[in-house]
Amino acid sequence: MKDVSLAKTYALHIGIIALLFVLNFVLPDYHQGLFARIMTLAVFAMGYNLLFGYVGLLSLGHAMFFSAGLYGAGLTVYHLGWGVPEAFVAGVACGALLALVIGLLALRTSGVAFMIVTMMFAQVFYLLILYFAAWTGGDQGLVIQQTSRALNFGSTSFDLTNPTVRYMSALALFSVVLFITLAVVRSRFGRVLVAIRENEERTRMLGYDTVANKLAAVVLSGTICAAPGAAYALLFGYIGSSFASVQYSILPLLWVLLGGAATTLGPLIGTLFMYYVTDITSGFTSAYLLIVGVALILLVLFAPKGILGSIRQRWLGWLP
Amino acid sequence: MADKNGFFDLSKTTLSRRTALKGMAAGAGLALAPGFVRYSQAQSSAPIKIGFQLHRTGIGAAYGRWYERTSAAAVKAINDAGGIGGRKVELVIEDDGTDPARGAEVVGKFAKQHKTDIVFGTLFSHVVIGSAPAAGENKIPYFVVSEGHHVASTKLNRYVFQPGITDVKSQIKSMAPWIAANAGKKVTQIFPDFAFGYDHRDYLPPALKAQGADVIAQIAIPPTESSFTKYFPQIPAETEVIYHVMVGPAVLTFVKELGEFYGSQRPQLFGFMDSLEAVDINSPGLEFLDGSHFWEGSPRYAQPDDSAAQKAYRAAVGIDDNGAAVGDPKDVSTASHMFGCWETLYVVKKAMEDAGYKGPEDRAKLVEATEKLKEFAEGPEHPQGPKIFNGKIHQCFGIQNISKVEGGKLKVVHKTKIEDGLYEPEGDYTTQAL
Amino acid sequence: MHFGPHLLLAALEGLVTSAVLALTALGLSLVFGVMRIVNVAHGEFFMLGAVLAWAISTAISGHPAIGFVAALVIAPLMVGLVAFFAEWLVLRRLNYNPESTIVATIGMLYIIQQLALTFYGPEARPVEPPFSYRILLPWFGYSGYKLSVVAASAILLVLTWLVLTRTRIGLIMRATQYDRETAQAFGIPVERVYAGVFAIGAMLAAIAAVLIVPISQAHYLMGQDPLLLSFIVVIIGGLGSLRGTVVAAILIGLSDGIISMFFSPTLAKIIATLVVAMVLVFRPQGLFGTTQR
Repeated sequence: MKDVSLAKTYALHIGIIALLFVLNFVLPDYHQGLFARIMTLAVFAMGYNLLFGYVGLLSLGHAMFFSAGLYGAGLTVYHLGWGVPEAFVAGVACGALLALVIGLLALRTSGVAFMIVTMMFAQVFYLLILYFAAWTGGDQGLVIQQTSRALNFGSTSFDLTNPTVRYMSALALFSVVLFITLAVVRSRFGRVLVAIRENEERTRMLGYDTVANKLAAVVLSGTICAAPGAAYALLFGYIGSSFASVQYSILPLLWVLLGGAATTLGPLIGTLFMYYVTDITSGFTSAYLLIVGVALILLVLFAPKGILGSIRQRWLGWLP
Repeated sequence: MADKNGFFDLSKTTLSRRTALKGMAAGAGLALAPGFVRYSQAQSSAPIKIGFQLHRTGIGAAYGRWYERTSAAAVKAINDAGGIGGRKVELVIEDDGTDPARGAEVVGKFAKQHKTDIVFGTLFSHVVIGSAPAAGENKIPYFVVSEGHHVASTKLNRYVFQPGITDVKSQIKSMAPWIAANAGKKVTQIFPDFAFGYDHRDYLPPALKAQGADVIAQIAIPPTESSFTKYFPQIPAETEVIYHVMVGPAVLTFVKELGEFYGSQRPQLFGFMDSLEAVDINSPGLEFLDGSHFWEGSPRYAQPDDSAAQKAYRAAVGIDDNGAAVGDPKDVSTASHMFGCWETLYVVKKAMEDAGYKGPEDRAKLVEATEKLKEFAEGPEHPQGPKIFNGKIHQCFGIQNISKVEGGKLKVVHKTKIEDGLYEPEGDYTTQAL
Repeated sequence: MHFGPHLLLAALEGLVTSAVLALTALGLSLVFGVMRIVNVAHGEFFMLGAVLAWAISTAISGHPAIGFVAALVIAPLMVGLVAFFAEWLVLRRLNYNPESTIVATIGMLYIIQQLALTFYGPEARPVEPPFSYRILLPWFGYSGYKLSVVAASAILLVLTWLVLTRTRIGLIMRATQYDRETAQAFGIPVERVYAGVFAIGAMLAAIAAVLIVPISQAHYLMGQDPLLLSFIVVIIGGLGSLRGTVVAAILIGLSDGIISMFFSPTLAKIIATLVVAMVLVFRPQGLFGTTQR
C-alpha cells in the first residue's frame, strides 16, 4: 500500500515537472513569462509552507527572507560585480544566516506572539533597507543591468533575460525545491515536524528536542525562501523595498492557504490561481480587487482546506 | 483660434508629412488641416496601440485618475486631427497597482500579449525602475511621465524616455535662485525619507550654496509616519524658509500640524506642489498656507496671461479655472504633472512620424528618432511651455512656475528659464546597444 | 527648542497616538480574545469609519460640530452593521477556523478597499474638526482638538471596561472567551455573542477613525498601519487583558514619540520596533498576559 502511494507520488511530481517543461514550448509568449514568475514565487510559497503547513508556525515576516535573498544576490552583483552563481549563493546564504538569527530569537515565542514578532523583525528589515538607501536604492530600488545577468559555463553563456533560459532556470529551481520538500516531508525530520504541529508537548515528552527541530525548520524555510528572492533579482533584474513590505509576507500565506497548507504542490496551485484571477479579472474590469476578494471568500467557503487540500480530503488521500 | 503660426514645425529637418498637420483648435474640438486626408489614406489602417501602464489602484490612484483623463483627451485630440502618420491611436490600459513587480508584468503583457507599439504613462518612480528592465528585455520603447531623476541618471536603459516632464533634479536647481533672492537665506528642508525626498536632499544644498544661501537643517520623515508635530522642534529657530516636499495622503496633516505649531508667526514656506496634487487648496486646515509659495509644473489655476494653447488644453482635458474637474469642484486635478501625459503623447507622435514608424519591427528606429529630437516649441502640443530635449540622457527640460497662495488660489509669480535647470549629463544612453 | 518643551511635545504627540491606538486595538483584542480569530480586515473597518465620517459630515451643513457629532454616532453604527453581516454571511459558515478566517478576512479587505476606491475615490479628504482651538504654550502651539481626542478615548475606554466587568453582557463575553464549550453548555448563545463581538470590535475601530479623521484624513489605504500597530499592541499587552492593551498602547505611542527625539526619524522607528519586538521575545505572554492555554 505504502509503496503504491510512493510510486504514485513520484509519478505525479515528475509528471508535473514534465508538464511544466512542455508548457515552455506551448505557452504563448506572455504566459511563458508569467509562468516563470509564478514558478519563482511558488518556491517562496513552498518555503513558507514548510514552516506554516508542516510545523504549524504562522509567520508574518517571511518577506525578510525573500528580500534577504533578493538583496544578497542583487547587491553583490550591483556593487561588487559578482557573477550569477556566486551572487545566487550569496543571496541564499544571507537568507540562511538571517533565518538562524531570527529563529533563535523568535522561537522563544509561539502562536500569535510568534506571528507578531516575525512581523516586527520584518518591519525592522524593511526600514533598514530604507535607512541604507545609499546602497540599497531604498524604495525606488535598483536595476540589475542585462549585461551582468548572464550565466557562463566555460565558453557557453546563457542570457538569463532570454525567455526560455529564464523559464528553465525558474523550473530548475522549482524542481529542486519541490524534491527537497518531498524528501523532507517523507523523512523522519518531517514526521517530527508534523508531530510538533499536532502536539508539541507530547512530542517533547517522547524525547524529541522540539526547539532544535523547530529551529532547523525555520532555517530551512528561510533558506528556501531566500532562493527565489535571489533568483528574482537575477532573472527579472529589479530589487526594491516593496518586496520586503508586509504585503509580501501575507502573500505566501495566502498562496499556501489557497493551494492547500501541508501539501507539496499546493503552493504552486495557490500562486497560479491568485496570479491568474488577478490577471484575467483586471482585463475586463478596473474593480478587479472586488472580484479577487469575492473569489477568495467563495473559495474558502467551499474549499476550506485550500484547493489541493480539499481534493486530498475528498478523493486523493495519498497526496503528500 | 486655429494655429497658423507653425507651432508644429519643431525641428529643422522638415518632413513633408508633418507639415501636412497644421492646426489644432481650442475648446470643443480640434480642426483638421487641409491636405491631411490624402496622407492618411496612404497608410495601413490598423491603429497604433499605446500600452498605458496606469496607477488605477494603490497609492498612486489619485494621480492615475487624472493621467487617464489627460491621456484620453490627448489621444482624442490626436485622432481628431488624423492620428499618427494617418493611423488612429488606441490606448490599451493595464493597472499596475502602483507596484513595481506588477509593473514589470504589465510591461511584459503589453509587449507580448497586447502587442502594443510602445508602453507609456508611468508616474511613480519605483514602478518605473521596476518596469525598466522588462522594457529593455522586450525592446519596447517605454515613455514615462514620472518627473523622477532615474531616467536622466542613465541608470535605466536605452528604451526608457521621459520627454514630457522635467526631472526633479532640474526642477530643484531652477528653484534655488528664486528662493535665495526672495524667501530667505537660511533654509530648513523637510522631506520624506525615501528616494523622492533624497533628490531634494542631495540637489538643493549645492544649488542654494551657488546662490549664497544655506540649508541649515534637513529633516527626513519616515515613510510610514502619519503625524509630524514631534519632528517640528528639530527646525532651528533661525530658520527663514521651510522647504517642504511631503507626498502621500498624510500631507494635509503635515500642513495643519505645521499651522498649529507655528500659528501666525511662521518662517517663509516654500513647497513642491507634489504635496497637494489632487487636494483642494481651500480644504479646512490649509488656511495656514496663505501667502506661501509653491513650485508648480503647470499652473493649477487659470492665469490671466494663459496662452491660447493652455486654454485649449484645459478645455480638452476638462478642468475649470480652479483646476478641478468641470462640473465637480471637489475633484481637483494633478495639474503639475498630468500635462506631461499630453505632451509625451505628442512627442511620441512626432518621433513616430520622423521614424516612418510602421509597426513593432520599427521600435529601434523609433528609439533613434526620439533621441534625435532637440526641442519642442510652446503650442497646442506643448501647452506647458517650450522644452529642450537631451537625446543622450532621454530627458526634457522645461520652464517651471513659482506660485503664491493668495485668496484661496495659486497665482504664478515667477517663471524660470530653461537654462536655470540645466546640469551636466551623467551618462549617455546612445552608446548602449539597441 | 530646549529639552523640556521638546519632551513635552513628544509626550503630547505620543499620548494622542496612544489614545487612538488603544481604541482600535481594543476592538481587535475583543475579536482576537473572544473569537480566537485573526481579523485582517480590522484596519479596513477603521478606514470605513473615516470614509463614512467624511461622507456624513459633508452631507450635513451648518456648524462643523453638528456634522462631526452625527458622524461619530452614525459611522460606527454603519460599520458595525457591515461587520455584523460579514460575520453572519462568512465567518459563521467557516466555523471560525483560524486559517480560513485569515483568507476570508483578506478577501473582505480587498472588497472593502475596492468599494471605497470606487465610491469614495483615491484622494485624501479632510473632515473639519468640531472646534479649532489652538492652545498657546510659551514654546509652541498645540491643537486643542488633539487633547480632546485623548479625553474622549479615555472616557470610551473606561465605559468599555465598565461594560465588560459590571454588566451581564460583559459577563457573557468573558465567559465565552474563557471557555466556549462550557459557556454553550450554560445556555449562552455563543453564535450571537460572536456576531456581537465582531460588530463591537469593528465599531470601536470606526469610533477611533472618526476621532482621528479631523487630524489626519480619510484615505482608502489608511487601514494598514492601524491594523499592524493594533496587532502589536494586543500581543504586547497580553491577549485578553484590557489593562494590558491600554498600557501597551501608551508604551508604544510614547516610545515612538520620545525615541524620535534622539535619533534620526527612520533610525528611531527601527529602534522603537526592535525594542518592542525584544519585549515580546523575552516576555512571550505579553506584559499582562498569563501563560497561554
